[in-house]
Amino acid sequence: EYEPSHIYLNRAVSAGAAAVVSARTYADFTNEATFEIKKCDTFKLDEGPATQVVMTRDEGLQYYRTMQTMRRMELKADQLYKQKIIRGFCHLYDGQEACAVGIEAAINLSDHLITAYRAHGYTYTRGGTVKKIMAELTGRRGGIAKGKGGSMHMYCKHFYGGNGIVGAQVPLGAGVALACKYQGNSELCVCLYGDGAANQGQIFETYNMAALWKLPVIFICENNGYGMGTSVERAAASTDYFKRGEFIPGVRVDGMDVLCVREASRFAADYCRSGKGPILMELQTYRYHGHSMSDPGVSYRTREEIQEVRSKSDPISMLKDRMLSNNMASVEELKEIDVEVRKEIEDAAQFATTDPEPPLEDLCNHIFHNNPPLEVRGTNPWSKLKSVS
Amino acid sequence: SPLFHKFLKEALNKVPKDKCVTVRDALNQAMDEELERDERVFLLGEEVAQYDGAYKVSRGLWKKYGDKRIIDTPISEMGFAGIAVGAAMAGLRPICEFMTFNFSMQAIDQVINSAAKTCYMSAGLQAVPIVFRGPNGASAGVAAQHSQCFAAWYAHCPGLKVVSPWNSEDAKGLLKSSIRDDNPVVFLENELLYGVPFEMSEEAQSKDFTIPIGKAKVERAGSHITLVSHSRYVGHCLDAAAVLAKEGIECEVINLRTIRPMDVESIEASVMKTNHLVTVEGGWPQFGVGAEICARIMEGSAFNYLDSPVTRVTGVDIPMPYAKILEDHSLPQIKDIIFSVKKTLNV
Repeated sequence: EYEPSHIYLNRAVSAGAAAVVSARTYADFTNEATFEIKKCDTFKLDEGPATQVVMTRDEGLQYYRTMQTMRRMELKADQLYKQKIIRGFCHLYDGQEACAVGIEAAINLSDHLITAYRAHGYTYTRGGTVKKIMAELTGRRGGIAKGKGGSMHMYCKHFYGGNGIVGAQVPLGAGVALACKYQGNSELCVCLYGDGAANQGQIFETYNMAALWKLPVIFICENNGYGMGTSVERAAASTDYFKRGEFIPGVRVDGMDVLCVREASRFAADYCRSGKGPILMELQTYRYHGHSMSDPGVSYRTREEIQEVRSKSDPISMLKDRMLSNNMASVEELKEIDVEVRKEIEDAAQFATTDPEPPLEDLCNHIFHNNPPLEVRGTNPWSKLKSVS
Repeated sequence: SPLFHKFLKEALNKVPKDKCVTVRDALNQAMDEELERDERVFLLGEEVAQYDGAYKVSRGLWKKYGDKRIIDTPISEMGFAGIAVGAAMAGLRPICEFMTFNFSMQAIDQVINSAAKTCYMSAGLQAVPIVFRGPNGASAGVAAQHSQCFAAWYAHCPGLKVVSPWNSEDAKGLLKSSIRDDNPVVFLENELLYGVPFEMSEEAQSKDFTIPIGKAKVERAGSHITLVSHSRYVGHCLDAAAVLAKEGIECEVINLRTIRPMDVESIEASVMKTNHLVTVEGGWPQFGVGAEICARIMEGSAFNYLDSPVTRVTGVDIPMPYAKILEDHSLPQIKDIIFSVKKTLNV
């Protein structure tokens, strides 16, 4: 189950869109404005994404709300982890919100998406609710994976996780794209990986097959500058991740600007859907937290660096400034959204901390799909447990 | 008299004492000593150098030995494992760290086909003196893809030695032996044990302290039943034995220390004394360490001494769930061992 309707009021986002329907349009606000965005570096492409883009008031409000929700959700997860209510691995996405939101703004829910373990944000944009995501983090029966997956293993329709093994999601994403082409449904797959994963051999094997077979896959490298504690300079002979597809055209994008990401993703989606095969996007972004909750994130980078990004390139602040300076929203209106978001997160956290843990009867279930019930050995030969699909 | 007491106190302070060392520090010492002893030894893996190790096992080594001997790799397991094997073939003695053994699956072809089989394929011409080490098995809340035990998979293969230490002495002595061994060794550590302090004898603190690969240790003598285990569950067995002793059941607890080659003789000698056997492991039951022990006991002289079938205590036969209540029920608890002992003894 998922609830996409709360994310976007208007999905007709191509140029020359139909009339915008909005619940609360104040007569004295600008309904849409044109923005100049950074030009993308391109590789093996004659032209790149547009540098003049239109954003409507409603789009702006939705991007703001979504990014703010993701931000507050991750910060709440930080809090709950420190209280030991969330355990194990927890890789937070704060700082990178523009990537998930920009991508989703350019594709449809009927398209497909797969990413690695820094996945809470994508679970949300793909249709997971904050409530179910947080309850999964706390390991409760109301979690999106019934408490069995945890932080790195969340799934919903056309969202294939949440993957723990670095790089493994890339061939999977190309496989999803193969299925799309095979079934002739004009859908595509967005396949994400990080700068650390970019040095995995299986990614190069995937580039080759995707290009050879013209699979409708958008490879996206979220380059946040560090693979765990190793900076890109220390891990990669070439840090031009958008060029590493060699025979696959590439674009390098400012991943802190939601409009840049959206425009580049639209460009990439058009390319894919026209049957030309795969395309590669590098999103230059930044994570405020360390690699995971067990990494303070300051042994391999300075606090000054983190602070600089926060003050100059924060995606939510940038969007807010754009909207305010173009009279697209008021300070009070955005504050009201903040209040609503805070409440949503609090309610979700309340659910996530009070919902009961999964029942023991569920321990052995879901080993197989569509399978008759089977007996599973417990910790000793007298322990015979039941497993149903 | 006060003078005598002062003299005694000074004398006692000079007597070397056992001290407590964590498994992490024991592993660190082992690597430090072997790096110092033999310049062909080097360490490579993700975050081993400047980050001091993902779990801080290699803390301080890069600072001491530098870039040449402590190498941070990109996230390229198949690639760097192959590079490590090649370096071993050409005369170096690499320690190849997998951040966890779950990631070794990315590189398993290099471990098996390039490392394990080469001495045989070359009729002894080409040795591969390499150690693959890292945390193995379940941790806490890390879910299905990060919790698998690889003891059975690696121990299946001829050409490999597979070592699984429990305490700090095991960790240090066995890692030193593994590094000095001219053959590929898979060294299975346990993340939950890294921070646990154990007493380390003065002998174990010496730079020449090694523990032979292939020899189990009787951690606790007993006459009623034999418990055989490896790694973290040795501790569980000792805890269970303490509880059972209060009820008059004396367990003999054997710490395998090495999975391959397995010290079956030690198990047999114990079974011939106690007539009952329970194996305890964290890994899955099918085709596992306990299954192998059962088969070997059946094939050998101790079989006729068994008064009841061997009981295997294992992890539950499912991928590891995340939720705490489910995870707790997926692995052997001390009460499961106690229950199994009593069932095996029919008490």
